[in-house]
Amino acid sequence: MSLIRRNFDVLIIGAGGAGLNAAVQLAKADMRVAVVSKVFPTRSHTVAAQGGVNAALGNVNDDSWHWHMFDTVKGSDYLGDQDAIEFMCREAIPTVYELEHNGVPFSRLDSGKIYQRSFGGQSRGFGEEQASRTCAAADRTGHAILHTLYQQNIKARSHFFTEYFAIDLLQDAEGGVTGALVMDIASGEPMILNARATLLATGGCGQVFRTTSNAHINTGDGMAMALRAGVPLQDMEFFQFHPTGVAGRGMLITEASRGEGGYLINSEGERFMERYAPGAKDLASRDVVARAIVTEVREGRGCGPNKDYVLLKVDHLGEEVVAKRLPGIRETSKIFLGVDPAFEPIPVYPTAHYAMGGIPSDRFGRVVAPVHHGPEEVVQGLYAAGECACVSVHGANRLGGNSLLDILVFGRLSGLDILEYLGEHPRHRLTDSSSEECAMARFQRFDMSGEGITVAELRSEFRKVMEDHAGVFRTDAVMREGVDKVRDIRHRLEDVRLADTSRTYNTARIEAFELENLIDVGISIVTAALHRKESRGAHSRPDYPERDDRNWMRHSLYFLEEDRLDYKPVRTKPLSVDSFPPKPRVY
Amino acid sequence: MEFQIYRFNPDVDQEPRMQSFAVEVERGMMLRDVLLEIKRRDESFAFRHSCGEGVCGSDGVNVNGRNQLACITPVSDYEKGPVVIRPLPGRPVTRDLVVDMSDFYHQYHAVDPWLKRKDPVPEQENLQTPEQRARLDGLWECILCGCCSSSCPSFWWNPEKFLGPQALLSSWRFLADSRDQAEDERLDALDGPYKVFRCHTIMNCVDACPKHLNPTRAIGHIRNLMLKKSV
Repeated sequence: MSLIRRNFDVLIIGAGGAGLNAAVQLAKADMRVAVVSKVFPTRSHTVAAQGGVNAALGNVNDDSWHWHMFDTVKGSDYLGDQDAIEFMCREAIPTVYELEHNGVPFSRLDSGKIYQRSFGGQSRGFGEEQASRTCAAADRTGHAILHTLYQQNIKARSHFFTEYFAIDLLQDAEGGVTGALVMDIASGEPMILNARATLLATGGCGQVFRTTSNAHINTGDGMAMALRAGVPLQDMEFFQFHPTGVAGRGMLITEASRGEGGYLINSEGERFMERYAPGAKDLASRDVVARAIVTEVREGRGCGPNKDYVLLKVDHLGEEVVAKRLPGIRETSKIFLGVDPAFEPIPVYPTAHYAMGGIPSDRFGRVVAPVHHGPEEVVQGLYAAGECACVSVHGANRLGGNSLLDILVFGRLSGLDILEYLGEHPRHRLTDSSSEECAMARFQRFDMSGEGITVAELRSEFRKVMEDHAGVFRTDAVMREGVDKVRDIRHRLEDVRLADTSRTYNTARIEAFELENLIDVGISIVTAALHRKESRGAHSRPDYPERDDRNWMRHSLYFLEEDRLDYKPVRTKPLSVDSFPPKPRVY
Repeated sequence: MEFQIYRFNPDVDQEPRMQSFAVEVERGMMLRDVLLEIKRRDESFAFRHSCGEGVCGSDGVNVNGRNQLACITPVSDYEKGPVVIRPLPGRPVTRDLVVDMSDFYHQYHAVDPWLKRKDPVPEQENLQTPEQRARLDGLWECILCGCCSSSCPSFWWNPEKFLGPQALLSSWRFLADSRDQAEDERLDALDGPYKVFRCHTIMNCVDACPKHLNPTRAIGHIRNLMLKKSV
């Protein structure tokens, strides 16, 4: 078998919003771009984003990027980097206009401008009244955006490797990235893709948890590839549980349902968010609302026969508003719950939703890590954008509507920065032979057949452990046990065998690779969580209930090879405005 | 309940076969859950799936002769077995329920599915009234699952010449957009006996669409517009 080798200027792994927005910038500049995706691009999980994308357009009432910045810093519980946040909130405005110019079918106001709705954690005047900042296409905004970006890439003639799975990054002797080993899923054959720059845009890792809003494909592939290439993962202890997942199922009921005027009630019919967040009530930050729901259920005020969920009411808005503004979640509720939200409340419970942490990158998308000296040294030839990256603009808790924004702004910027990088680096780097051997060894890893553990068994055990030991509330004892269990599972991965080692479209083999990725990412989550001894944003510890800015206003970095943690300071200095100093976070 | 599944692995099988599985059905179960249970028992079984909520369009399959998305099809729709699950018809089978969708994607690409404007780019958004925007409802929500085109006999016979219901729905999505400025160019590109006019209004596409979209109506709109322009 001779290994196919191909050369491109740029390799982009992942074809969601970040990857596609980077690809289109590069393809328009006549670069040779290879976009590798394990699914057809429009099946990427960006498609499932519902509520919208934040930008201070001011179409509904006065707004400013500076207020957006304040909300994002506060929402991050002061762990977000303020230079990157300022940059993102400023860029939001031209970014949304560009989407519209490219054809995104945004909903419209009577003025003909883009429709904007209220979302959690948004304010005007630095914490005063509620803002309406989230630009929406009904409650299918991600679908509208992803399809438009794919269309722009067809127009720009990007080169897609559709249904190719990335096995591992390739590196030169100095650790610079030279491309990746990938596998054609249809044929099962490996291929080397060399590139002068590689962008990881592989999305999230929600499949580490049993109950999640994330798709089957969200297995943290890029994060795990970075870990194995010696790059740490940043802030992995911060995982967002979205307050309103379909109870018992996990799929998402958008925050827009509360933005449009919906609210939560417990078994006593009480609007309990008034107690937890007297100001913002149901539109408090997601971490606040998720904790409130879990607390209500734990204290016996859950609904249903098992008292294990709360109810989300939107029926008072009237059928017309539900049909026009929330058609997607109406359909989901009808199909999965047999409930029409226009007439009945929806049973909801928090669901694992979003990784605030990821591959450490700067605001140009460059991956930065303490490789030799200094905490933020650029890893040559490697970029990361989107959910797999940690810029960090979300810090300890992401605001709704800032995820689509993140992938679009930093996807685009990565593309533009790669263009500059290519100008300065005209030649391909030479892949180190040991790096290629390592990647090939991983590719052949599941060729052995025989007796052993199945992927399905180990995966379901692992996802249960993560749910039980790294959930909404975390104590030392629970997490310590979690770390032990995940380590044990990682050890047993050695014994996984495939019953079927055939080549053509072998999804069992893909799932085995994905399981390994999930476990590597899972270890980073439980390890970082165990060691952060404070409560901040989504990381909530009853044994350390307060935020501790003196000791813990810093980013964690987890290294897989040495199984160790390191820390680096938060960037509190914005680009042009005054810093927002940490304050008690009240909604 | 009994499920008969189409199986074919080109690495080992000479020809396709049907394999029967008995799966215990629980309340609220979707067909995708059944496929996952079968996959758990027999990991060599291949099918595409991802979001599990009918938005990514990966898991179009043919169930008792009708194309559906497995993830949003309740098992309770079938009172008793056997439920026969096959790959989407008319496409080459890669393995088991996985088909080669290349022709389908090619036809989507062929209608230039992107907004075309000739005016200079404005500083802010292009304006569009809620009424103009409402014309796009029922068009832009397509998830490219292929349930429609692979249920269309005209597409089975001429997948390289007839654009098929999906691509034509997308074509109309841009023709109907008040912001698009390439109507003549789009209509000229659709001219000829095959691209549009192979549609014989059999309407399988409307029946098959899991998002309740209506490609036949969109094709009708295109024909009317072509007619109007030619007069």
